[in-house]
Order: sequence, then structure tokens, then C-alpha cells
Amino acid sequence: MTGVGELPETRSVTLSVNGERHEIDVETRMTLADCLRRKLGKTGTHLGCEHGVCGACTVLVDGRSARGCLMLAVQANGAEITTVEGLASRGGEWHPLQQAFHEHHALQCGFCTAGILTSMVEFLGENPDPTEDEVREALSGNICRCTGYQGIVRAVLDAAGRLRARNGAIAP
Amino acid sequence: MTTFRGANCGLGAKPVCSVFTDTGSNATEGSGGVEMRYEAPETMKAAVALLASDEHGRVLAGGTDLLVQLRADTIEPSLVVDIKKIDEMCAITRENGGFRIGAAVTGAELGEHEAFKSVWPGVVEALELIGSTQIQGRATMGGNLCNASPAADSVPAMIAAGAIATIEGPDGRRDVPVGEVATGPGRTSLRAGELVASFLFPEQAPRTGDAYLRFIPRTEMDIAVVGAGVCLTLDDSDVCVAAKVSLGAVAARALAPEAAAKALIGTPVDDAALAELSRAASAAAQPIDDKRGTREFRIQVTGVMARRAAETALARAKGA
Ligand SMILES: Cc1cc2nc3c(=O)[nH]c(=O)nc-3n(C[C@H](O)[C@H](O)[C@H](O)COP(=O)(O)OP(=O)(O)OC[C@H]3O[C@@H](n4cnc5c(N)ncnc54)[C@H](O)[C@@H]3O)c2cc1C
Ligand code: FES
Ligand code: FES
Repeated sequence: MTGVGELPETRSVTLSVNGERHEIDVETRMTLADCLRRKLGKTGTHLGCEHGVCGACTVLVDGRSARGCLMLAVQANGAEITTVEGLASRGGEWHPLQQAFHEHHALQCGFCTAGILTSMVEFLGENPDPTEDEVREALSGNICRCTGYQGIVRAVLDAAGRLRARNGAIAP
Repeated sequence: MTTFRGANCGLGAKPVCSVFTDTGSNATEGSGGVEMRYEAPETMKAAVALLASDEHGRVLAGGTDLLVQLRADTIEPSLVVDIKKIDEMCAITRENGGFRIGAAVTGAELGEHEAFKSVWPGVVEALELIGSTQIQGRATMGGNLCNASPAADSVPAMIAAGAIATIEGPDGRRDVPVGEVATGPGRTSLRAGELVASFLFPEQAPRTGDAYLRFIPRTEMDIAVVGAGVCLTLDDSDVCVAAKVSLGAVAARALAPEAAAKALIGTPVDDAALAELSRAASAAAQPIDDKRGTREFRIQVTGVMARRAAETALARAKGA
């Protein structure tokens, strides 16, 4: 047991967050989401339920979407993390998904948005030309209590078209 | 439009729902009273030695169950052993015409393995029901089994497939049928220092099909009220020569009722056989009453799920 005044167990980890390398000491019990928010100031990653259900804390770990609240920071040692802060270009130009969310009114309070954007980056990478049903299914791991999802679905479909155009594919 | 900065959200203490873990806790954010050592060994031997050195040690695979329990303070491990850095635990290999799947392989990785998916679509569909994409990218079959929730989705599918768990421990390696690993909610037959290293899916007989189905109140992100896995093999005249049926969420651990399998064997899996399967599956169910379904409802749904899973398995065995 940790006695009063005794320091909690820590570990040194290397994380690459949005292309920036960080070497930090973290408590072994600290989640990746807490680490991103508290240690690295990446407060765009939100915490809602903290037990894997709501999706607000979703980030990309080595390109795959993962719950920031269900990973220890030490488990992410050596990994490449992408948070919502890393989606826009270095010059500040929004990611096509962000642009589409803006235009289609796909957020109200915005609490769910970071997790939805990161989830959809992975989804559109795997399925660049999804149907509406596929988009709805892909959104099932992210809860939005404001929008009713209609704007989100439209935005994702629109962003898919923009990304296809940007990547040189012939839009249907 | 309201703007909302989430900077402080989620940091306060709040009740933790136990829906996915059956832990029954309503504890608050686990700041943890116990110092927790974290190790990520690169060999099986080192992992076993670490686990054997600390009776309060825990294996950490994807962490999708463990982290929830850790934060709810329902477990207080003094050591966690991350097994994802051990190559053989993350490997998918062929073995004697079958497949060996490392216990730390994620559901997403298995779902992307075309060869495995084409032979065992029922196992893959069970894994793809676990949580959402973001959970499947982390969650493992080993964790699903060893967490020992009666509602674990991949377990009935693995039992129906005849999968064997290879266990490593201080006394060496042993193989046990998957159905013998979980013994009750949160309990396993693993001994001190032991871990599940991999699963063997033995070579499949020709004209075999498997399927898994579950009933949940919503379509995603919920746990099974009833789950049913069926694997069956046909001969050249479409008569069922081998079958396994396994039921989840209707007893303290996944069941494999003989009578349900026998209802199919020797039949062309026609209406009469399916009705008998349904009856036998319902008769085997010993479910609880809770907010997710009454006992009576679960017993009835067990028969329906078993029948539908068998119909899908049959179509797959016929190559449809
Ligand atoms: C939002 C959400 C939804 C979920 N939905 C479902 C669902 O629909 N169906 C379902 O079945 N589950 C569901 N789960 C539960 C969980 O995701 C699964 O049980 C998952 O398969 C656990 O795997 P893991 O690798 O994350 O396990 P971990 O959390 O790493 O481990 C779970 C337990 O098993 C032990 N363990 C892990 N690997 C081994 C090993 N190789 N040897 C010995 N012990 C080991 C650990 O010590 C721990 O006690 C859900 C969880 C969440 C958070
Ligand atoms: S905060 Fe992680 S899923 Fe809700
Ligand atoms: S915009 Fe408020 S939760 Fe989605």
C-alpha cells in the first residue's frame, strides 16, 4: 500500500502526439486520456463516462481509434497518438471532416465532437465511399446527446466526398 | 449555439456503471490506494515469472475490462503485466491445418485476417459484437475469456468451434478446452502464475459451418441477454454428423448442452430437428432475472437464438 506521503509508482514513457515527441514520467495508473489532458494540455480530448461507452475520449493510437479512458498511458509507450488538435494542417487549415462538421451544423455543445472526428478519420480511411447506413453504424460507438446525429451523418458523407476528391479519386 | 469547453469535465467523482463488467460497484474514480507496478515483458517466460512473483498481479491485454474495474476500485492489483509486447501472444499462425491465435490478438486484427474469417465466420462475428470499433481495436479473446463474464460474446463461439486454450504457467504448458477456463462470474480455473497464451482452432472438417448470435435490447454497445454459438458438420448427403451448441448469459458460465447438440446430429437439420434444438436449448438455460430480461423471457429467447444460429451455421456448412 502507498503510505501517506509516499509517491505513487511512475514510469517514463515516450509518446508521439500529433507528430511531436514527448518524454514524460507518468503514474502507472494514469489513463492515456488523463495524460493527454493533464500532462500535455491536449484538452480537446474529452472525458464523459470514463468507462468506454460514450466515445468522447476517442483518439488514434498508431492509426487505430481507441478509447483514451480505457488505456493506461504506459500502454501507449512508443505509440503515435493523434488527437483532435492534430487533425488540422500545420498551417491551420481544417481537416475536411472539420470543415464539413462546421458547414452541416454537426455539433452543438461540441462535447462529443473530438471523439467523433477521430473515429471518422479512421473509418473514412478504411471506407472512403461509405453508404449512409455504414456511416450510422460507424457512429454507434460515439454518443451525442445534442444533435440527433442527422447533421453528423450528412457531414461525414460530405467529408467522404471531399476526401475522395482531395485524394484524386474520381467522385461518383 | 452554445459553446461548451470540456476542460474540466470528467475529472470529478461520478458513479461508475457496471453494465459491462458485472462488478456491481458504484465506486467513484479510482485514484487507487495501492501502488501499481507496470511491467511489459517481451517473453512468455518473463511474464510467467512476474505473475508468479506477486499473488495480486494481473494480466493486462487490451484493458477494456481491466481499466474499468481498476477505476471503479473493484480490483487493486499491485502489479499489471502487459502481454502485448510478447510476440507469440500477438501472432496468428497455421498449425496442423488449424489456426493458433495469440491471446493478445485483438478482435479487429482477427476480423481483418481473411483466411481465419473465411473458416470461422461465427467466431469473428462474435468478436465483432464486442463494443464498438474503438473497443475492438484493443479487446482480445483472451481478455474476454479470462474476465469470465457469463455474457462474454466470444466464449460460446469458441466453445462451439472446439477451441483449445493453451495455458502457460510456472509448471509449464497445458491445454484445456475453452469451456473449462471460466468457472463462474469473474472466476477462472487458472492457477497462480498462469496465463492463457493462445487458442488453437483445430483443422475444420469439410462442410462445417459456425455462427454466433445474441439478443440485446439495442443494436450496438450492449451486453448479451442471451448468446448462442452453433457449429455443425454435414456429410455428403446433408446429414449432420457433428454439432456443438453453446449458450451464453443464461448461467454462471457459458453452457454446452449435450442434448442441444444431439438434437441436430443424425438429422438433415430440418424443422423437426431445429424445434428439438430450440426446446433442448431452452431447457438447459438457467438464467437470472434482472433489468435486462426476466428469467422466463431469457429461457424462451435462448431457444430462438439457438435455432437461428443453427440455421446460419447450416447455410454456411452448405457453402451458401
Ligand atoms: C464499452 C464496452 C463495451 C463492451 N461490450 C462488450 C460486448 O458486447 N461483449 C462482450 O463480451 N464484452 C464486451 N465488453 C467487455 C470487454 O471489452 C471484453 O471482455 C474484451 O474482450 C476484454 O478483452 P481485453 O483484452 O480488453 O481484456 P483486459 O481488460 O486486458 O483483461 C480482462 C481480464 O482478463 C485477464 N486476462 C486478460 N488476458 C489474459 C490472459 N491472456 N491470460 C490470463 N488472464 C488474462 C485480465 O487480468 C483481466 O482480469 C465491453 C467493454 C466496454 C468497455
Ligand atoms: S470517456 Fe472514454 S468512452 Fe466515455
Ligand atoms: S454536440 Fe453535444 S454531445 Fe454532441
